[in-house]
Amino acid sequence: MPAQQYSRILLTAVAKMKPSGLNVLVIDENRIRAAIIEEGLRDAGYDQLTVIDDMHGLARRIADLNPDVIVIDLENPNRDMLESMFQLSRAVKRPIAMFVDKSDEASIEAAVEAGVSAYIVDGLKQERVRPILKMAISRFNAFSRLNRELEETRGELENRKVIDRAKGLLMRSRGLTEEEAYALLRRTAMNQNRKIVEIAQSLVTAASLLDPGGKE
Amino acid sequence: MTTRHAITAGFVPLLDSALLVVAREIGFAQEQGIDLTLLRERSWASIRDRLAVRHVDVAHILGPMPIAGNLGLNVPAPEMIVPMSLGLGGNAVTVSQALWQKMANNGATANLDARTNGAALRKAIDAQPGTPLRFAVVHPYSGHNYELRYWLAASGIDPDRDIEIVVLPPPDMGDALAEGVIDGYCAGEPWNTFGVLRRGGHLATVKAAIWRSSPEKVLGVNARWGRANPEAMAALLVALHQASLWCARPENHEALASLLARPAYVGRDAELLLPALNGKLPVGGGEVRAISDFFVPNAKAATFPWKSHALWFYTQMVRWRQIEHTAERQRIAAETYRPDIYRAALKHLGLAMPSASAKVEGALTVETPVGSSGALTLGPDGFFDGGRFDPDDLDAYIAAQSAG
Repeated sequence: MPAQQYSRILLTAVAKMKPSGLNVLVIDENRIRAAIIEEGLRDAGYDQLTVIDDMHGLARRIADLNPDVIVIDLENPNRDMLESMFQLSRAVKRPIAMFVDKSDEASIEAAVEAGVSAYIVDGLKQERVRPILKMAISRFNAFSRLNRELEETRGELENRKVIDRAKGLLMRSRGLTEEEAYALLRRTAMNQNRKIVEIAQSLVTAASLLDPGGKE
Repeated sequence: MTTRHAITAGFVPLLDSALLVVAREIGFAQEQGIDLTLLRERSWASIRDRLAVRHVDVAHILGPMPIAGNLGLNVPAPEMIVPMSLGLGGNAVTVSQALWQKMANNGATANLDARTNGAALRKAIDAQPGTPLRFAVVHPYSGHNYELRYWLAASGIDPDRDIEIVVLPPPDMGDALAEGVIDGYCAGEPWNTFGVLRRGGHLATVKAAIWRSSPEKVLGVNARWGRANPEAMAALLVALHQASLWCARPENHEALASLLARPAYVGRDAELLLPALNGKLPVGGGEVRAISDFFVPNAKAATFPWKSHALWFYTQMVRWRQIEHTAERQRIAAETYRPDIYRAALKHLGLAMPSASAKVEGALTVETPVGSSGALTLGPDGFFDGGRFDPDDLDAYIAAQSAG
């Protein structure tokens, strides 16, 4: 196997394992999410914690850091590389298990669902690691929720801008007041059983087609 | 036809996801009453995880991975079956300009001959002892890893001692090559063409030159899903078969390259995808070479899941000490590939199909008509070193390789 190269690394990893206190490594290209997880883990008392958000030279840095537990986002393209490092450790009879408990389907499902995976040095008691995964799962979920809300807010802002532009068009071309323009949009939307923003978008699109050079 | 089956398939953005993409986009899935959803993943690990938790029912997957999963080597893999292959060939070995120069000084040529260029690599390595070259592959349980190792070993290079082999994500390989982090890599397309055209690399050889008509990606199916949905699985095989015919037609190559270039699929320029489809590959230094059977999506029973392919992958797991050989493990490997399901799903189409489920790999030196239910030719399927793998004599093959 290519074992020889990485087993060297793994052997050192095993030799340097501390009797107490877990050395946790968080790998996530998304800095904000990484910070959220870091905060959660620090609050829970994991102070031997490293966060890597730049994937450059990852293999070497993992070897140097020698972590007991690795938490990594599921979508990270470096997971195959990471797992190959563990697979190679088979050769030195100290395999590293993936996830907290491979027989625990529910925790695997929750982790994949949340978009996180975790790896632990084999021989580590599962009870010691389970809280880390639980924390990571809940923080990943919280992050997704935040992101969703942000997207929705952004969408609403966009909608409002389109409606404002449509109102402006109507006010200028038909001499309506702002309220009249809005009422017309709303009435049209109701008659056509569509959303106001859709009517507004059609109007803005049509205006730009009819007068590509003009400002609405 | 109304929708009767909803199927979610995972794929990794690579050229050989073509059959799944075409099945969806050109309408072959719909014709079979399938609502096919494609889920793009950036690692084989997450393909495996999503199969395990049933986020996807089936996936575009490395040929050895379902076997490794069934052998317990790759947790948390579900029980998997392989009822179809997604084509033959498609990989290449790309090296840095510096290494290519050394190889060329030792007799390597742009015709990519595996024997000549392997010997040249051997001499280049001998000339600089003490500084081992580093090559990257995409995954430990991959055709890439095994064909690179096969090529090196048969060229007199010990893949564990004379060089270092690491795993990297294919989109990072070109940069790693340009930065001198690695000296070469074995990957699928578009990553060799990318390395050559955009990162100054040079092709050293190709999968088709190491082992002609050799297996690569397959359709991996969660066995539990397959057992519960036999009709959906059969319908998908028909759709993928139609897609393979479409992909094989030269007049469709440009359209296929543009389709795969979309951000939702491979997301790279069509000019990086076309070479693998028409078999005219940029090899480096502005040269282009025509390569026979570089990627075969349909001809030569390219989608047939040969048990001898599964067993060859298994012998390489043993050879490179990923697992120890036992009769039981051999049985698990062979039974992962399911030509019986393939035949049952496609027989009503009146296709020319192999009547055997396994063949002696490397036995055909020329294209050969074979005994089958119709007119079918196979091969050539030779290993570059003249090696042969007889699946009925697997123990001897393993013994010979471990002695070598």
